[in-house]
Order: sequence, then C-alpha cells, then structure tokens
Amino acid sequence: MKLPIYMDYHATTPVDPRVLDAMMPYFREKFGNAASRNHPFGWEAEDAVEAARKQVADLIGANAKELIFTSGATESNNLAIKGVAEMYREKGNHIITCVTEHKAVIDTCKKLEKQGLRVTYLPVQKDGRIDLDELRAAITDKTILITIMTANNEIGVVQPIAEIGAIAKERGILFHTDAVQAVGKIPFDVNALKVDLVSISAHKIYGPKGVGALYVRRRNPRVLLAEQISGGGHERGMRSGTLNVTGIVGLGKAAELCRQDMEKDTERLRTLRDRLNQKLHENLDEIYINGSMEHRLLNISFAYVEGESLLMGINDVAVSSGSACTSASLEPSYVLKALGAGDDLAHSSIRFGLGRWTTDEEVDYVVDKLTKVVRRLREMSPLYEMVKEGVDLSKMQWVTH
Amino acid sequence: MAYSNKVVDHYENPRNVGSLPKDDVNVGTGLVGAPECGDVMKLQVKVNPETGVIDDAKFKTFGCGSAIASSSLATEWLKGKTVEQALAIKNTEIVAELSLPPVKIHCSVLAEDAIKAAIADYKKKQDEAKGVQPAAEHAQPSA
Repeated sequence: MKLPIYMDYHATTPVDPRVLDAMMPYFREKFGNAASRNHPFGWEAEDAVEAARKQVADLIGANAKELIFTSGATESNNLAIKGVAEMYREKGNHIITCVTEHKAVIDTCKKLEKQGLRVTYLPVQKDGRIDLDELRAAITDKTILITIMTANNEIGVVQPIAEIGAIAKERGILFHTDAVQAVGKIPFDVNALKVDLVSISAHKIYGPKGVGALYVRRRNPRVLLAEQISGGGHERGMRSGTLNVTGIVGLGKAAELCRQDMEKDTERLRTLRDRLNQKLHENLDEIYINGSMEHRLLNISFAYVEGESLLMGINDVAVSSGSACTSASLEPSYVLKALGAGDDLAHSSIRFGLGRWTTDEEVDYVVDKLTKVVRRLREMSPLYEMVKEGVDLSKMQWVTH
Repeated sequence: MAYSNKVVDHYENPRNVGSLPKDDVNVGTGLVGAPECGDVMKLQVKVNPETGVIDDAKFKTFGCGSAIASSSLATEWLKGKTVEQALAIKNTEIVAELSLPPVKIHCSVLAEDAIKAAIADYKKKQDEAKGVQPAAEHAQPSA
C-alpha cells in the first residue's frame, strides 16, 4: 500500500490511464484545430470532438447535438444560468435555487441579483433535500429558471430531480441541474428526469481538469442561451473559443468508461463505503453521518474533536473537512450549517471520498489511524470530558469570539 | 496549510494534558471559547499558597493544531512563574514562539484569555476562602 492515501475523490480524480492513452495522440500528431474545415488535420480533430460528444451524450441519454463543451462545470453553470437570465429577460426575472448549491451556482445567482434579477434560495430539510411544496410555492409567473444540483458535493444527498423536472415542465420553466457529482456515477437520463440544462465536469469522473460540458435541450423545449464568451461562433454560437480537443477526447473516453463500468463500480464502492462506515461505528461512539448514504461519499462528524486537528493526525490520508479552520473564510461549511446540524458538528466533520482505486487495505488503514487519533484528541478535549461528567454542552454559557 | 515544526511537536507531544481538581482552593480554572466557533480551551493552574508560584498547569483543548499548540505552550510557560508574571504573558509571544500565521493569531489570543481566566478564578477562590468580598480587591485606597 502506498502512502499518502487519496480519499478525496469528490475534490478531483486522477486521470484513468485508458483516458490518457486516448488523449495522447491529440497532443502530437493529431494536433489540428477542430474548426479548420479545409484540411485533414482539422477534420481529424473535428471527428475526435464529435466522437467525444456522442460518448458524453450516450452517458446521459441525450443527442450529441445537445452538448456544448466548456472549460469545466463552473463555466457550464455560469453559461446555463447567466445565458438563460439574459436570453429570457423579456419573459421573466426570477430564478429559484437552493442554499446547499455549489458556489459556482450560488455566486452566479448573487451576481445576477446585483443586476436586478430576483433569486429564491430554497432551504433544505434535515435530510438535505428541498421540500417540493416549498418549490411550488416559490414559483411565480416571472420564474424563468430552476437550478438545483443533482448530488451534493459535500454530503452526497441526491435531490428529487425527476420530481423537480416534472414541476418545472408543468409550469413551463427551464430546469438546470449541476450534475457534476452524479453523471457517470449514478444513472442519469435527461429525458426521464425532464432536465433542460445539465453541467458536467471531466475531472470528477477520471478525465482531465479544465474541460466540461453543458447539455442544452434542443427539443421540447428548444433552449436558447445568450453566449457568455463571444468570438468565432464555436459550439452553435453558445461558447466561442478554439476547442480543447485533447481535453474533450479525455472527457469522452472518461464518460464511456463510466457508462461501461457504472454497475460494477457502484457495487464495489458501496461495499467499500459500507466497510468504512461500519468499522468506524464499531470503534468509536458519538459519530454522526451528515447527509445521506445514497451516494459513494461519506461525511461524518466526530463529536468533540475539531476537524483540522483530526486532519493533522491523519496527515498521510487525503480527505476534506467542513471545519472552518480548513477554509480560507474561517467559516464552517455552509452546506452542513444548512442541514441544521449545528456549527459544532460542522467543525468536526470529515468527508471521505472513495473512488476507482480505493482498496480494502486503504479503508482499513484509514479506520485504524482515525480511531487512534479521535481517541487521542478526545482525551485532550474539554468537551468530551464535560460530556462524560454529565454536563449538557448546549446549556453552557459559552463566550463566543 | 503548513505548520511550523513547533506546532507539530506540540500537537504530537502535547505537554501537560489533563485536569487538576477544580474544587481545590489553590487551583484556578479557565474555560474559554465556544464549540460553534471551533475552539474551546480549558486551562488550569495550581498555585503554591506559600510562594505564590504556579507549581502545576494542565490543559485540554478542542481546536485546531495551532490552538492545541498554543495552550500546550502556555502550560509550559506557566510552570514556575508567579501569578503576576503569568498575567504578563502576551499572545504575541505565543505567536512568535510558534510562528503562527495571521489566520491562527486568534488561537494565541484564546490561550492568553485562558491564562487570565484561570488566574482570575484562582484569585476569586482565594478571596472567598479568606472571606474577602470580591470587590474589595479592586477597590482603590481612599486618599
């Protein structure tokens, strides 16, 4: 077993060797510009891009013509939301989203608010999902877009996308979903889910960084977007800029592999995730799962132990924490706070992201190491001592700073 | 985030972790911070009533590595100091000793607060034991 262990697959993934192999020729002998229509170098590049478009489309049950390549999901989210807001300004000025969205969605919405749009940020219930009745109630005749993520990047909660899609369709409102953490991992079909716009990223599914895609529905309804990057009119005029052929080939191959291996991967990762969860629960008391177990990630709060100090103790294991100390803002995770778990549990949370190369041996190593560190830090924790003495921490008068 | 070697050393080998009997009249306990802020420090001193010197100091901390290191270092520094000398310890000295980055300065502030709270608790208990009214200590002598 090689150290350090990578258990942060929801932050990014390594490029699958099969993906890299597919990409390599496009750096060297097949280096053409896909927009060069008059010579074989261009044709070769264009063919590769179109093949990749088909591979990505097949993964989500779409038509290849409905996919636009971008620099990644942040750009896809920006293009979807700003593109709709601008294009449908005559029709309305209201967008509905949710408090646990990724910053690429939240901050895009905030920017639009400054430009005069109205945005509703739906709260989430204890299970991390939005309440569909609240969604219905938030819709007005000025609502032009609903944007709700499929799977949450911190807590793995999967939103009721098909139900939201049905509501949006019934009311004639466009529906965008940031599906970065879902596409390639769980079955996703644009027609079954009735989504109109879908953001996809390559580097979360064993493809390269710096490339993503946006699904833009062409029929029932035909979705139009105001371009956010102007130029040579690439990608049906919605996203100009010379195509990142190598990256796109990588995304295509990554999508194909995910489609082929999805069932097998899901089963293997569920077994690993359950092993991790079960062993941690056997070894330690007062640990709490944040969000859901539907997905392959596991977010756990280790009560009375602060997240950053925990990470310091397992410094040969790469995971993420919702602790304030690990973020630049010194604020604990807004996603965990939205669940109403309490800031103290947000500070104590660790996100374990398992992936294609995680092994049983690695899981066992992490469990052992974590158990030792949590026990040691709890011995050092005044909170743990007080709880063992029977003090109710919630009734204490703390001096906040 | 990269930690200084001293922070790592205190994190891995914390000095003086533990608790002193909090009902002992010669023990002062300071509890500062809040769980929702991500750090809570408990710092205790045991003062020799004859000499006024701190014989023993213990801590327990819920917080990041820098918070643990700040309180561990504080207990090291407290031992052998008089109560008055202890009150003179400044958070900036902790920052300098541990090479804390700007985002971690609040950890040192918390450690200084913990020292002051522990000593205030000690003084209060001493006054109560001697039957002195808490206010009397601070009263200015009349001219």
